[in-house]
Amino acid sequence: MKGSVLLSAAVLVTVVIIAPLLGSSHIELGRAFAGISPDHEIFFYARLPRVILALLGGAALSVTGVLFQCMLRDPLAEPYTLGVSSGASVGAVIAICLGWRATGVASLVGAALVLLIVLGMAVEGRRLSSFTLLLTGVTMNSMAFAVILFLHNLASFSQSFAISRWLMGGLDAVEYPTLAGLALVVVAASALVMAYAPQWNLLAVGDDWAASRGVSTVRLTAMGYIAGSVLTGLVTSLTGPIGFVGLIVPHALRLKFGADHRVLLPCAFLLGGAFLVACDTLSRTVIAPTEIPVGVLTALCGGPFFLWLLKSRRRSLWL
Amino acid sequence: MTSFIAGQLGFTYGLHEASFEFPQSGLITIAGPNGAGKSTLLGILAGLRSPYRGSCTFAGREVAQWPKREFARRAAFLPQSVRMEFPFTVEEVVLMGRTPYASGWFQTAEDRSAAEEAMTTTDTLAFRGRDFRTLSGGEAQRVILASALTQRPEALLLDEPATHLDLRHQLSLYRLLGELAKSLLVVAVTHDLNLALRFSNRVMVLEDGRIAGDGTPEEVLTAALIARVFGVQATLHGGWMSYEG
Repeated sequence: MKGSVLLSAAVLVTVVIIAPLLGSSHIELGRAFAGISPDHEIFFYARLPRVILALLGGAALSVTGVLFQCMLRDPLAEPYTLGVSSGASVGAVIAICLGWRATGVASLVGAALVLLIVLGMAVEGRRLSSFTLLLTGVTMNSMAFAVILFLHNLASFSQSFAISRWLMGGLDAVEYPTLAGLALVVVAASALVMAYAPQWNLLAVGDDWAASRGVSTVRLTAMGYIAGSVLTGLVTSLTGPIGFVGLIVPHALRLKFGADHRVLLPCAFLLGGAFLVACDTLSRTVIAPTEIPVGVLTALCGGPFFLWLLKSRRRSLWL
Repeated sequence: MTSFIAGQLGFTYGLHEASFEFPQSGLITIAGPNGAGKSTLLGILAGLRSPYRGSCTFAGREVAQWPKREFARRAAFLPQSVRMEFPFTVEEVVLMGRTPYASGWFQTAEDRSAAEEAMTTTDTLAFRGRDFRTLSGGEAQRVILASALTQRPEALLLDEPATHLDLRHQLSLYRLLGELAKSLLVVAVTHDLNLALRFSNRVMVLEDGRIAGDGTPEEVLTAALIARVFGVQATLHGGWMSYEG
C-alpha cells in the first residue's frame, strides 16, 4: 500500500521537474533562476504556473472521478456527471456573450448555482438518494447544454470562436495568487475526502451495506457531493471542461492497484496530476508553436493506454 | 433473556402490526408470501428502516435511538446479495465488517485476527486474495457471512441468505447458521419452508404485514396454515414437505 503511493509520488515529482524545461523555445534553468531574460519570464510566468495548474486540475478531477464513481456505484460516472461543470460552462458562455471579462467568476457562479439546485433536489427530508443525485445531475447537464446551444446560436463570429475554445477546455498561465487559492482548496478538499477513505470503501459496495456497519451514509454522500463539486467547479472555472481525466485515471488505477480507497484516492491525486501535466506538456510541444487542445490529448493518450491496460488485465484475470 | 422486543411494530409499507420477543440465541426464520413484510421487518430490526410505528427495542434500547456504530458492533445485517462494481478482494470485503470498531485509517492486528477467524469459520480462507466478483454464488454468500461475523455480533440478521445457492450449499449454509445460533441470535428471512422446518428453532409466518403464526416449526408449519397463507396444499413425509398448487 505504501509502495503504490510512494511510487505515484515519485512519478509526479519526476514529471513536474521535467515538464517546465520542455517547450517550443529552449531555456536553461540556471539562467531562469538568475533572473536572466527571457529564460526567467518563460520559466516563471509561462510554464511553471501552467504546470501547477495542470497538476492541481488533474489531481482534483481524478479524485472527484474516484469519488463519484464510488458514490453512485457507476463505473461510467465522472466529475462532469453531476452537472456542476455544465453550470460552469453556462456561466462562462453567458459572460462571453455579454462581453464580460471575468469568465472565471461567472463560471464559478454557474457551478455554485447548479450545486445548490442539485443538492436541493436530491435531499428529501433527511434522506439523500444517490439515484436522485444522478438523475438531477444528468438533467442539469442536458438543460445547460441546451442553454449553451441557444446562446451559441445568437453569438457573433468572434464570440462563437471564444465559446468553442472555452468548451474545448485548456490550460493557460494563471496568476500566482489565483493558483495559491486553488491549491489551498484542492488540497483541503482532497484531504477531507481521503480522511473518509475506509467509509468510501463501504459506500462503494452499497448504502445498506455501509449503514449497517455504522456509516452515516447521508452525511457521507452529501459531503462527497459537495467536496467533489467544489473541486470540479473551481477547476472548470479556470480550465474549462477537460474530458477523460476524471474517467480514465480512476479506472486505470483500479486495474493496477485494486479498489481500496485508501490507496486509490492518494494515487488518483498524485498520478492524476502527473497525467494532466504530461498531457499538457505534449500539447505544447508536439506541433509547436501550435498547441493541441489538452482535452484532445487526454483522450488520444489516455484512450489507447487504457484499452491496452484493460486487455492485458483481462487476459490474466478472467474478468 | 431477550434481545429484540417489538410492540405493535409497523411501517409505511409492508408491515402493519407485529408484536414479538426474540431470545438471545437460536435460529428464527421469517417466512411468508411475497409482499408480506418480511424484508421490511428485517430492515427495521437492522436499523435500516425508520421511522417506524410502535416500538422495537434491542437490548432494552429503541433501535432507532441506538448510535449506528455501537449498534453495528452488536447486530449484523446481511443483504440478499451484493452487486459489486469494483475489484475489492475477498479479504477487503471481510475486513469491512470491522468498520464499527475502527478508530482510524489503518487496520489493527485485532481486525486482522477477527477476519482470519471469520474466514476460517465460513471456510473462505482459501480465496482471501481473489477478486470478490469472480466468486460463485455460494462462495460470495459465505464471504458476506464472514464479513458480518467480524462485527462480532450478538444478532445476525439475514435476508434470504440461501436464495442464490444450489441445494448442497443451501444445506451447508443453514447447518452453519444452526451452529452459530447456539451462541447468538440468527434471524433469517426465507422462502424455503423446508429449510425453515428443518433447521429453525422458531418460525414466524407473516401474512399481509401481520403475524399469521409464531412458534416451533412443527406448531406453525401445519397444512392448514400453509393452505391459508400460501394457497398451496402441503403434505409432510419424513420431516420434508411437498406442495401442490
